[in-house]
Amino acid sequence: MNASTVSAVSSVFIAFQDNEESRPVVDAILADNAQASATYPPGLVKINAPGRLVIRRETIEEQTGQRFNLQQLHVNLVTLSGYIDEDDDEFSLSWQH
Amino acid sequence: MDAPVIKKKLGLKDRYAAMTRGLAWDTTYQPMEKVFPFDQYEGIKIHDWDKWEDPFRLTMDAYWKYQGEKEKKLYAVIEAFAQNNGQLGISDARYVNALKLFIQGVTPLEYYAHRGFAHVGRHFTGAGARVAAQMQSIDELRHYQTETHALSHYNKYFNGMHQPTQWFDRVWYLSVPKSFFEDALSGGPFEFLTAVSFSFEYVLTNLLFVPFMSGAAHNGDMSTVTFGFSAQSDESRHMTLGIECIKFMLEQDPANVPIVQKWIDKWFWRGYRLLTLVAMMQDYMLPKRVMSWKESWEMYVEENGGALFRDLARYGIREPKGWKEACEGKDHISHQAWNTFYSYGAAAPFHTWIPKEDELQWLSEKYPDTFDKYYRPRFEHLREEQKAGRRIYNKTLPMLCNTCQIPLLFTEPGDPTKICHRETEYKGEKYHFCSDGCQHVFEDEPEKYVQSWLPVQQIYQGHCFKPGVDPTAEGFDPLLAVLDWYGMNVGRDNFDFEGSEDQKNFATWRGDPAPVSATAAQQGAQS
Amino acid sequence: MSVTALKPYDFPAKDVRENFPAPLLFIGWEEHLMFPCPVALPLPADMPFGAIGQVVLPGVYGVHPDFARIDWNTTQWFKSGQPWTPDPAKSLADNGLGHKDMISFRTPGLTGIQGSFS
Repeated sequence: MNASTVSAVSSVFIAFQDNEESRPVVDAILADNAQASATYPPGLVKINAPGRLVIRRETIEEQTGQRFNLQQLHVNLVTLSGYIDEDDDEFSLSWQH
Repeated sequence: MDAPVIKKKLGLKDRYAAMTRGLAWDTTYQPMEKVFPFDQYEGIKIHDWDKWEDPFRLTMDAYWKYQGEKEKKLYAVIEAFAQNNGQLGISDARYVNALKLFIQGVTPLEYYAHRGFAHVGRHFTGAGARVAAQMQSIDELRHYQTETHALSHYNKYFNGMHQPTQWFDRVWYLSVPKSFFEDALSGGPFEFLTAVSFSFEYVLTNLLFVPFMSGAAHNGDMSTVTFGFSAQSDESRHMTLGIECIKFMLEQDPANVPIVQKWIDKWFWRGYRLLTLVAMMQDYMLPKRVMSWKESWEMYVEENGGALFRDLARYGIREPKGWKEACEGKDHISHQAWNTFYSYGAAAPFHTWIPKEDELQWLSEKYPDTFDKYYRPRFEHLREEQKAGRRIYNKTLPMLCNTCQIPLLFTEPGDPTKICHRETEYKGEKYHFCSDGCQHVFEDEPEKYVQSWLPVQQIYQGHCFKPGVDPTAEGFDPLLAVLDWYGMNVGRDNFDFEGSEDQKNFATWRGDPAPVSATAAQQGAQS
Repeated sequence: MSVTALKPYDFPAKDVRENFPAPLLFIGWEEHLMFPCPVALPLPADMPFGAIGQVVLPGVYGVHPDFARIDWNTTQWFKSGQPWTPDPAKSLADNGLGHKDMISFRTPGLTGIQGSFS
């Protein structure tokens, strides 16, 4: 790998089925990650972010007024990239270099 | 009496540790290496299995809960689709041919994956890795079942889907996915995870499930979208297992690095070759298109895979050998593959066709450097021949690559006018390949690939006829005898889409005007 | 042995000559990729080489508009990719062709449908 590619910031992404259950999650991601952007290919919502992306339980709960277990993400998750770090409050994706 | 103490609930990380650690034990009355014979012979050194951690930290109870929810959602859609005659709402009956290829070539791999992960889940000595592999084994069986179930609805209405498992074992192009997976299954457990979880699932399968399933949505096939995305939701976990496995091996011992790199090189190339089928599905078999193969490749492999290998560089891992050739191939392989299936369309249980004019135009726009120069003229010529009642079918069996088993249809890197051919000799026998990548794979383990069950060679050796067939009898037609052994309904499952029963039925069910060109094409097929 | 295995790993090659009724020959037509890949044919070792162009290939490539225009006297042959000059009167075996050899031919001046190497 040459030096010029090492300095580039790699993107991470996460995609969900585009449905009502995903909507508060997507809204929360966009609220918590200033550089994240969403695209909507048919059936999907895919969110890209440079370097790192975080999903916060509290922000989702504020959106819906209901309790949310981050592992519920599994139900509508389609794909992702980057290393995962997950606990009860946060789920993050990042590259570690 | 003491005041009642509220027991604090364990956090996710502690819960995961509690539910996965301590599940393994060392044997006492038999030596460990006899009970677990497979997890050391590949040369991968593991010093501390407890360092293995599933980043999702999914425990079995949560697994069942969320998988149950996914199943309920999926079956609600599948049932609604069937009750509403959803098959009539798809964009075009040509689209169903992508589903035929799916049930023939992809679904059986889910079953192989189920078996592979069950094996790995039994044979690792580390409990964390075993739990993850066992969950994946169950996932893969679920995919095999849900795909079969969802597509069975189409089988009621369309040809070419009635015996995919027998075809998987017999039909020439299906030996490509079959041999890929049998190669992985017959490796050791660490190679299997590198092959399937990392190279295939992490680096490559986004290309199969994401743009293709988005394409299914775009073509009105809610049933397929739902099983696709439902499967892909497990895939995120599988990809995580793949990257965790790679990281774990690399961190456990520096001596593991060259072994892992060799596997990454091999399985990236093998996976890339296998995905040729997907490239063709995406560019040619989705009547309404979402994105081109080339765009998907750039998004999911060059961009995302590039980020991954930049990250793995800190362990001394470089991008896989053949990466540049694979990236160059994005401009060519879908066209070359479709040309091949069009040519051999008499011998495949799905339909092929020449893209319509607006579709050719789309291909010209998406592939400005290559399509008009190399591929459009041949498709236009074939279209003219077909219109004149001379649908061209190649009836001479193709030359196959000894490793990937794909016909030698790929061109030389840097020269799209020349077929890429490599050969080598081993123990006095000649072996031929489609690429440097496939030659390297062979030369690394020739003992394995001298056993390749190459469909063309098997046909010429007389192994692909039904019992009692006499190839020396007068008027013997070897191609028909082979198709009979495949279990194909000749004239219904194969040949051009133009003039097919699928085309006529779909038009009738929808009340569309009867297709006009049917007669001419049919005559071509008979000649 | 280069396969990493727990036990001796030695299995017979599947495609040795004895398993076929005739030696297998692979043939490709350069710069005519409308035929997407070279073909595989079992051909008798005592067949004269000239019969390939006259008897075998018309059934394989005859539908191509360039095929009727081929001048077999100027056709260039390659064996395993290297230039090679066969003797059309001699048999395949006497031309040195054996089981699983790969040959191809180039037809100068003919470059496929509209010069697209198709």
